[in-house]
Amino acid sequence: MTALLELQDVEARYGPVHVLHGISLAVEEGSVVAVLGPNGAGKTTTLRAVSGTVRRAGRIRFAGRPLDRLGPAAVARLGVAHVPEGRGTFSELTVWENLRLGAYTRRGSIQPELERVFTYFPWLSDRRRQQAGTLSGGEQQMLALARAFVLRPRLLLLDEPSLGLAPVLVAELFRIVRELNEKEGLTVLLVEQNAHLALQAAVAGYVLEAGRVVLSGSSDELRADDSVRRSYLGY
Amino acid sequence: MVTAATSRLEGLRGGAGFPLVSLVLVACAAGLLVGSLRSATFAQLTVQGLALGAVYGILALALVLVYRATRVINFAQGELAMATTYIAYQLIQWGLSYWEAFVATLAIALVLGTVLELTLIRPVLHRSGIAAVIVTVGLFVLIDGIVNWIWGGDFKSMPSPFGTKIYHVGGVSIARLYVGMFVVVVVSALLVWVLFRFTKLGLGMRAAALRPAEAALVGVRVDWMLAVGWGLAALLGAVAGLMAEPSQFFLQPTLMQPILVYAFAAAVLGGLDSPAGALIGGLAIGVSLNLVVQYVPAISSELQEPFAFAVIIAVLLLKPSGLFGHQEVRRV
Repeated sequence: MTALLELQDVEARYGPVHVLHGISLAVEEGSVVAVLGPNGAGKTTTLRAVSGTVRRAGRIRFAGRPLDRLGPAAVARLGVAHVPEGRGTFSELTVWENLRLGAYTRRGSIQPELERVFTYFPWLSDRRRQQAGTLSGGEQQMLALARAFVLRPRLLLLDEPSLGLAPVLVAELFRIVRELNEKEGLTVLLVEQNAHLALQAAVAGYVLEAGRVVLSGSSDELRADDSVRRSYLGY
Repeated sequence: MVTAATSRLEGLRGGAGFPLVSLVLVACAAGLLVGSLRSATFAQLTVQGLALGAVYGILALALVLVYRATRVINFAQGELAMATTYIAYQLIQWGLSYWEAFVATLAIALVLGTVLELTLIRPVLHRSGIAAVIVTVGLFVLIDGIVNWIWGGDFKSMPSPFGTKIYHVGGVSIARLYVGMFVVVVVSALLVWVLFRFTKLGLGMRAAALRPAEAALVGVRVDWMLAVGWGLAALLGAVAGLMAEPSQFFLQPTLMQPILVYAFAAAVLGGLDSPAGALIGGLAIGVSLNLVVQYVPAISSELQEPFAFAVIIAVLLLKPSGLFGHQEVRRV
């Protein structure tokens, strides 16, 4: 079985600062894969390398096509939705406009997509005229997820969805991500500080340190690993 | 376009800025109305001021579109408008009717603005915004030179788009020209508003201007959107040029130079990132210039441009975000 997304020796840097020193990972179609690691390990940069929002070298293949020379708009057009850290909500625009932008690359009516999204986020339907910036942090994160989903992506890159959210909302958010994965077959590459949550949601994970993969395995294997337990799970 | 949203944000922040501005504007409008009812001269000056102000406003709108899209102040906006007016003049010389030439010129301006952004602005914009501003200053000189070279500096005359008819409304004489200018500008502005507000292209352009990185993530071709933004600005500039020409009664290369100053004043007064503010600012500048020159003995018509500069400086000192501008909120 070939992976939907495959990274091989991917390097990335911001100016002179090397952040990724040869990352290799694979994400099977229909799975949720977590990327763990301390701050500055290169988790966010890994997602950005895939979506093309950082300069990168190495091989990145998505559904058999090389991504490593494409810019963000072209990557999005192939069906990769990236929900960046800090959500990337267009706070000046309305909820509806945000959703419309999510489906920007789709032609024709997006009504079916919207209906589908509203089954997962029913409250969004009543708030579509509201300015996105006036939503609460949790609602904005849900909106970001909904916006990514109207693209009908084959791959969702989800960066720190729990950041700054109350535990109840985080649980709700992860419930929806799981539901999207199970019911819609959405493939997710997840970056998350909260390793508990991440390994609960994911079938497999990679642990990054200083821009390198130091450990990988199924979620159960990672949970059982002493170093992961000490460093990320706290017991 | 975004002003309503912005004001809602301001309301949430507890600022009473927007209602106060509305109140002042309503008071000004009421004052103009009362004055117009009491004096025919006042009424005539007001109507003329509104028509000229609409032209300043639409050029200011062009400046605002460019500023919102690329954070560049386009000093060549007025000269570009002047050059496209010459193109319309040439098309009329070649046998097109005024309104055929009008439509063709808008299309040419759209392409011209887009191409200028792609070829001259885009390459330096990645380096710095200041570099792009300096390029626009260079463009000012370049366009001026090209127009003088092709058409010469002498006066050209174009057919009048609205005729010379004068309406008489209860003792007030209103030239059809001024009504026409006003209507054309307002319709153009409305169409641009509809484009931004209700079409997918407009949404993409707004997204690209507001948050380029996030817009790219949802698949918006940001560079292309910003270039089209410049094209649209050039189109609005062409409307400004074509409507300014009949009010000056002839065409010459300096056509838009004073108007650019008034447009800057209008854009700054309205808030540099507010499209509605630009139009309202334009009307305010147009009317107040007319009235001030008539009723303030110390300010003669030679002092119109310094007056506009005074407005720019006063706004920048007292309320840098203008009437409707978005105050940048930075989270620390």
